[in-house]
Amino acid sequence: MSEFTAPHSEEDFERNFSPIKPLMNRTEAYFESSRCLFCYDAPCVKACPTGIDIPLFIRQIHNGNEAGAAHTIYDSNYFGYTCGKVCPVEVLCEGACVYNLQEVKPLEIGRLQSYATSSAIRNEKLYFKAGEKKNKKIAVVGAGPAGISCACELRKEGFEVDVFEAKKIPSGLAVHGIAPYKITNQEVLNEVRYLEKQFGFRIYFESGLTSPDDFVKLGQNYDAVFIGFGLGGTSRLSIEGEDKKNCYGAVEFIEQLRQNHFRMQVPENVIVLGGGNTAMDAASECARMGATVVLAYRRAKEEMGAYEFEYDLAKAAGVKGLFQVAPVRITGNEKAEGVEFVRTRTYNGNLETMPGTEFTLPCEWVIKATGQMKQTGLLSGIKGIEADKKGCIVVHDTSCQTGNPKFFAAGDAVSGGEEVVNAVAAGKKAAAGIITYLNQASGK
Amino acid sequence: MADLKINLAGIKSPNPFWLASAPPTNSGYQVMKAFDAGWGGAVWKTLGVPVVNVSSRYGSVNYRDSRMSGFSNIELITDRPLKDNLREIEEVKKRFPENAVIASLMVETREEWHRIVKDVENAGADGVELNFGCPHGMCERGMGSAVGQEPKVLKTIVGWVKEAATVPVIVKLTPNISDITRPALAACEGGGDAISLINTIQSLVGVDINTFVPYPVVDGKSTNGGYCGPAVKPIAMNMLKNCAKHPGVNIPISGIGGIENWRDAVEFILLGATSVQVCTSVMHYGFGIIREMKAGLASYMDEKGFRTVDDFRGKALPNVMHWEDLNLQYKIVANINEEKCIGCQLCYTACEDGAHQAIGLSADMADRKPFIIEENCVGCNLCSLVCPVEECITMQRRDDGSKHITWKERTLAGDIPKTFDDPLAGGLHHFVPRPSDALEKKKPLHYAG
Repeated sequence: MSEFTAPHSEEDFERNFSPIKPLMNRTEAYFESSRCLFCYDAPCVKACPTGIDIPLFIRQIHNGNEAGAAHTIYDSNYFGYTCGKVCPVEVLCEGACVYNLQEVKPLEIGRLQSYATSSAIRNEKLYFKAGEKKNKKIAVVGAGPAGISCACELRKEGFEVDVFEAKKIPSGLAVHGIAPYKITNQEVLNEVRYLEKQFGFRIYFESGLTSPDDFVKLGQNYDAVFIGFGLGGTSRLSIEGEDKKNCYGAVEFIEQLRQNHFRMQVPENVIVLGGGNTAMDAASECARMGATVVLAYRRAKEEMGAYEFEYDLAKAAGVKGLFQVAPVRITGNEKAEGVEFVRTRTYNGNLETMPGTEFTLPCEWVIKATGQMKQTGLLSGIKGIEADKKGCIVVHDTSCQTGNPKFFAAGDAVSGGEEVVNAVAAGKKAAAGIITYLNQASGK
Repeated sequence: MADLKINLAGIKSPNPFWLASAPPTNSGYQVMKAFDAGWGGAVWKTLGVPVVNVSSRYGSVNYRDSRMSGFSNIELITDRPLKDNLREIEEVKKRFPENAVIASLMVETREEWHRIVKDVENAGADGVELNFGCPHGMCERGMGSAVGQEPKVLKTIVGWVKEAATVPVIVKLTPNISDITRPALAACEGGGDAISLINTIQSLVGVDINTFVPYPVVDGKSTNGGYCGPAVKPIAMNMLKNCAKHPGVNIPISGIGGIENWRDAVEFILLGATSVQVCTSVMHYGFGIIREMKAGLASYMDEKGFRTVDDFRGKALPNVMHWEDLNLQYKIVANINEEKCIGCQLCYTACEDGAHQAIGLSADMADRKPFIIEENCVGCNLCSLVCPVEECITMQRRDDGSKHITWKERTLAGDIPKTFDDPLAGGLHHFVPRPSDALEKKKPLHYAG
């Protein structure tokens, strides 16, 4: 039995997906911020991929300067609000808090960050504006955290920026790929709108850049191109029955759920295949939609790629873990009716299946959370761009420049899939690379 | 078992915890409730010609997550008719004969003093306390701290009271004076049976930075008030010590100022107080705090083997010296317990920016634990005070204890610096970095201007 009953209205949905990190009120923020020790050369700052001056903004909150706190945050991270809500703080800033070493609860840095930035967004505190106009145009492909961060930095310098987004709304996985109990669509979109207002970049939605030729043309029409288009659909498992009805990719499922909320019909029994954070999200979400969920992973629990707290969240929602089982085929006629598994073991460091241990678990849905496809093929017409073995775009470490000097890339398309905060940091780094490149080109 | 009973100049009380003359002792209702909760005594809200108060009377200093760590008021003495107070004193004494009721008094003329002393004695008060401390409102009318600041006037008034009083007379002193022992001595000379201190410190508790009006705001304006609460405790204890150590001040003392738990009370008693008076913490948390205070004091006494409060009263006084009598040979240095260190580096930055650059950081950035540079350490304690971990930084003795020489002794021997560039300057051979080194050091984000 699931811990949750299937939602039949938006209210039901909101109850089942109530935020795990609700916004603080002033009193809570005051008391929580008072606990910050103001460490010298603080470890939380070092643990933040965007290097936010965390002790400073917490001190600003405490002393009643929320606007200053938000400014400190946005100076380092344009997705300050979103990151406060969705960052895996347990393994980043909060995990680094010195209180952990004293067995005292670490500062709730993420929630304090969202608190400060929410007030800035709500009150439209504008900290940035576009720089003096420069006659160079940059195309940014993908309006996700990497692309938008890159666009903000470029606009600050006065460059013209056109952002091309395949979907109808901006912010990429921040809006399509994050579990709804972490952040709502509206919250993500509000932050992007707030940035748009300050920096004035243009976003072209449903841009239709779908062929290698489209990218060649971008290269011809712009002084530089930033590739931040992330990853594609869920990768194939290459097992029998994978194309049956009711066998979905996790990314596609999460995206549907985020848009359709209670209107999405999730059946009673769902099997989720995978052991990464996306698998945890998909499993948690199905459970919160009222389903009985089995999370099946090929290896041992300890070997899962997911963060421990993500698995804990899934378990708390009623998800059952099933380990050391590999899917053999999806059973059923037209529709998926179950998954046949075979047990596995790790022998001499290698995973091997144990023939004769096959068994079938019935279900109505199968969700594959087995990684996402790369979209590097779209760049096949661009001379010089290379991909690594996994299909990730190869870029220069510090400039994010690809093998083609005009093309820069960052975010999941380069990393293969990381956190929002990593994409923000990488997008900014790429912007710096682009600025250097363009300034050199114009002889500065 | 510890016996908490005390006797202050003839005023007996089941324990040393008294309510100070203040809003919590404004009425018989409150005093009865307090005695019922376990308070030993109560100094009634100051009686006199009833006043008219303003609305908006208190302001507070909130420090980080602590509310009212400092507290300021502009309330005056009682605004209730004397006869009502007398009737209630009588009722309280009837119901609680073992508890001490002391009437705080503030009037102007000799005749008024005589009459009010008789009145409160007839009502059953066990003693009187002369309010020579109130630093706002009343002093402008020549009473309160206006008296406490003029030892001669104070002595005269104590004399008037003694002409009429048969119960013990406590003289309450104002801290708004440069030498507290002068009014204390005047109280003795006037025949006072005890002193109590401190009353509130003249203060301006804060300013509303949007309206530019200080707190508390009375229709867009404000005035200075009297400051009390935990923040004033160190000032109170110093004045208590000054009086208790003065050979001329040979009457008992009731200690007041920021007391809110049993530890505070023990400290006051160790510095010579016989009873302690409490106000702000009761205004903050209510009478119920007495339970923790009594239980804490009793278990402390049991643990230390003190049977009565007298057994440890003043026990810290012999250990308070003049600066010139301290041992200049005593040498301690800081020690960091690496097991306990959590790597916040507060000790590093405190010593680096606020002391003697005697703490270093590892060149390995991953190792966040600072280390002590012993030869630079002057043993100031700062690092141990900022460290958030209990017992992580301790001060360890480095001299062998065989040498003892004081400033006074060195002065007598002529062994002290006398000129501006004297080679005997204490810090002369101590490490001081080059000024420009400050600019070359790598610093974290928030040091960037």
